[in-house]
Amino acid sequence: MIEIGNTTKVFGSGETAFTALRDVNATIQGNEFFTLLGPSGCGKTTLLRLIAGFEPPTMGSIKLGGRDISRLPPNQRPVNTVFQNYALFPHMSVAQNIAFGLEMLGKPKSEIQSTTDEMLRLVQMEELKDRRTSEISGGQQQRVALARALAPHPEVLLLDEPLSALDLKLRKEMQIELKRLQNETGITFVFVTHDQEEALTMSDRIAVMNAGEILQVGSPREIYERPSQRFVANFIGESNFLDADLKGGTVTLADGSTFSVDVPEGVADGHVNVLVRPEHTSARAGEPGEGEIAATIDTIVYSGEATTVHLRLASGEPLKSRMGNTPQGSTDLPGEGGNVAVTIAPGAITVLRD
Amino acid sequence: MSDATYKPGELEAEARAADNRHRWLLSLPAMLLIIFAAAGPLLVMVVYSFLAPGDYGNVKWEFSLEGWMNTVIQRDIFDDTLIWADAHLSIFWRSLSLSLITTVLTLLFGLPTAWFIATQPSGKREFWLYLITVPFWANLLVRTIAIQELIRSEGVINLVLLKLGLIDAPIQMMFTNFAIGFGMTYVYLPLMVLPIYASVDKLDFRLVEAAHDLYASRWTAFRRVILPLIKPGIIAGSILVFIPSLGAYVTPRVLGGGKNLMFGNLIELQFGQGRNWPLGAALSLMLMAAVMVALIWYVRVTSREQADG
Amino acid sequence: MADFPKPRKGYSVRTLPGFAVVAIFTLFVLYAPIMILVVYSFNDGSSLAIWEGFSLRWYQQAAANEAVQDAAVRSLFLAISAASVATVAATMAALATTRTRHFPGRTMIYALINQPLMVPEIVTAVALLIVFAAVKVWTGHTSMIYLIVAHTAFCVPFAYLPIRARLETMDTSLETAAQDLYASRWLTFRRVTLPLMWPGIVAGLMLAFVISLDDVVITEFVKSAGQDTLPTYMLGQLRRVVTPEVNAISTVILFAGAILVALFFRLTNRRG
Repeated sequence: MIEIGNTTKVFGSGETAFTALRDVNATIQGNEFFTLLGPSGCGKTTLLRLIAGFEPPTMGSIKLGGRDISRLPPNQRPVNTVFQNYALFPHMSVAQNIAFGLEMLGKPKSEIQSTTDEMLRLVQMEELKDRRTSEISGGQQQRVALARALAPHPEVLLLDEPLSALDLKLRKEMQIELKRLQNETGITFVFVTHDQEEALTMSDRIAVMNAGEILQVGSPREIYERPSQRFVANFIGESNFLDADLKGGTVTLADGSTFSVDVPEGVADGHVNVLVRPEHTSARAGEPGEGEIAATIDTIVYSGEATTVHLRLASGEPLKSRMGNTPQGSTDLPGEGGNVAVTIAPGAITVLRD
Repeated sequence: MSDATYKPGELEAEARAADNRHRWLLSLPAMLLIIFAAAGPLLVMVVYSFLAPGDYGNVKWEFSLEGWMNTVIQRDIFDDTLIWADAHLSIFWRSLSLSLITTVLTLLFGLPTAWFIATQPSGKREFWLYLITVPFWANLLVRTIAIQELIRSEGVINLVLLKLGLIDAPIQMMFTNFAIGFGMTYVYLPLMVLPIYASVDKLDFRLVEAAHDLYASRWTAFRRVILPLIKPGIIAGSILVFIPSLGAYVTPRVLGGGKNLMFGNLIELQFGQGRNWPLGAALSLMLMAAVMVALIWYVRVTSREQADG
Repeated sequence: MADFPKPRKGYSVRTLPGFAVVAIFTLFVLYAPIMILVVYSFNDGSSLAIWEGFSLRWYQQAAANEAVQDAAVRSLFLAISAASVATVAATMAALATTRTRHFPGRTMIYALINQPLMVPEIVTAVALLIVFAAVKVWTGHTSMIYLIVAHTAFCVPFAYLPIRARLETMDTSLETAAQDLYASRWLTFRRVTLPLMWPGIVAGLMLAFVISLDDVVITEFVKSAGQDTLPTYMLGQLRRVVTPEVNAISTVILFAGAILVALFFRLTNRRG
């Protein structure tokens, strides 16, 4: 329902020109929790502001439900924003903040009243409805900002890193809360964050961005298990990158072991980089048998729920292997410098495009 | 494939142009007011300075350089030759010297005052600041009248001196250069104190401690460390006192009487009994030029200060 | 319990010999003339030499003086009109020139708004005299409009400064949020910007009011016969015998000014 077509945004001009978005294309569905994920400066907030209408695009189009809204000012787009610093009106109470959008739309008083009450109930702020927004806590402010943006029942809700100012526990609670709200209201949520774990837990689909471009769009599982390129693989979760030789659906690692893989589009035979997630590998003491790889231990790191073993393969490449700890104690491993045999789970090898 | 209906950068350019238009429209009332009743009339005055004086005041609409010439030259009443307008020249000299004296005096008294206030502990400082600021806000005329009450023949100073038997007859202080200088120093003092206060407030006293640690006496430390560091405040204060002094009107009128004219009074004369509007206009422009020179000097000095770090 | 010796006054880099003395002396001299003026306005006699008892007769005399009443009313009317119009114009100008990237013409607008502060009052007064004289001849009109226009113009920069200062403390994200919530430009201003900048506007209004009330030079040159304000009336009186009536009026002006300025500082120092 939101179509972003060949959109480019350049700030400044001449020597100081900065390209924040470079020919970006994306389609966001209705009733979807869509996340823009990337490091600072990747353009995700810029894209959000373009959808909201706070900046005009330099090139390209933004469409909502088939209608080109690129020229519309923000107060004519059925899109509402939850700002990173909340931007609550300090001279108005909680209830007045929430009612603001409806007032501006000229809704009848009774409707404003009932919708405001409904929103207050939704975010559990009924008790504080007459408080000044400067007198409530950060978490409460966040909920008011949410209610204020939802009250006018927009077609799209934009959220600009709304949880970044909250402490960990509150953050996790709000993540669940936001997901629930999106399900209940059926409104399309476009969520911006740099926290990959947050993106993975909340989203229906994620767009990974870097340096003004969208690198990959997919479900959390797709992004995690089948990243298309090195940056995406590196940004999400932990990674092992290995050199390999690709020939007709089979890769051969440096030590000679072979694995069959899905070859992504556009990748030719020859040298490739492959990705293996640490939790898809395991290591045991002893010499490698059939289908196993020889390695020596550099360090062993115990982290409560798992043990990560930093290994060195015969080829000299490093490999991280993570294994869950069982109640019986950690797996049997020699100390540093010891020899182990590494098993890579079937289907765990992903060929990267770069 | 994008099917946008506009050219690259067009939407941004439109938004920017609309924003510019909007800002200009908002500024219009203020701009018009000032153009018609502050800045514009100055241009009219330039025109008038090149016209001929009318017989009963106002002007005759014919070109004449008499206005400008009469600022420094006049016709000898006996033999009609051109000679220097001594009266004018002495007035220029008085204005310049009194303004300089006022600046120096306000500096001499203002610097210790500013220093004292700025070095007070934080709780008491607000009190002293308030104390120095309040007279500044009092009406200029009222402050001038207050000085008059001090120095006139039946004023406070004479009464006290007579009572104490130190003098037999009242000293004539009113209507002298002394009166004007004293009055201006009194009236413009707060303007010197405030910028110097700001400079001292920003002073890093550890530098002074370092000077003392290296065996400097208090006086040497003041001369070689403190003074250079608070120079920006001193310069700002000097300009803030000098410029209004140069163009002073009320204080010299009340305290100097009709005999000791300063620039401002000389200008007024041309629109009163002097009936020489072009001369008045030319003199005003001269005053403005002098003020501009002072301001340019100020800008030069402060940017040099900033360049030296 | 042991008696600890009193700590000796320490060495401090902040004291300079003689400075405190000069400072106290200066402050004393600063206040003395004004104090004398105020005290003697309550003197029953008319001479500074003899205190004849507390009395309000000079105040009563001033209040009964028709010329004084006329001048006082005119001063107030002038100050209220000029300050109001100047504040509206300054508010609009502040909104246009604050919290913005550099736009073409901004420097010029800035320079124009601050122009009255750059030029000595006597020069402005003379220029206005010239222009208004011509207009008066041309239209035959000699009402107070000239004074009002002149005062409004020089009040603009004074109203502008506190309004601008207040505006700069407000970041634009609130207005952006209002627009996001369907507010038009006007409604954004009325419901969000205006309430938040209000203390600055009131401060600007008060400052402009005081400046207009106190003005002598420009008023003196622009007024027509019979259009005295309180300061120009007093200036005229000073040419003749110095009466304590002038003292009384001065004291009233002083206190009115002090109250207004105190209010101004309360408004500009309060947060939010």
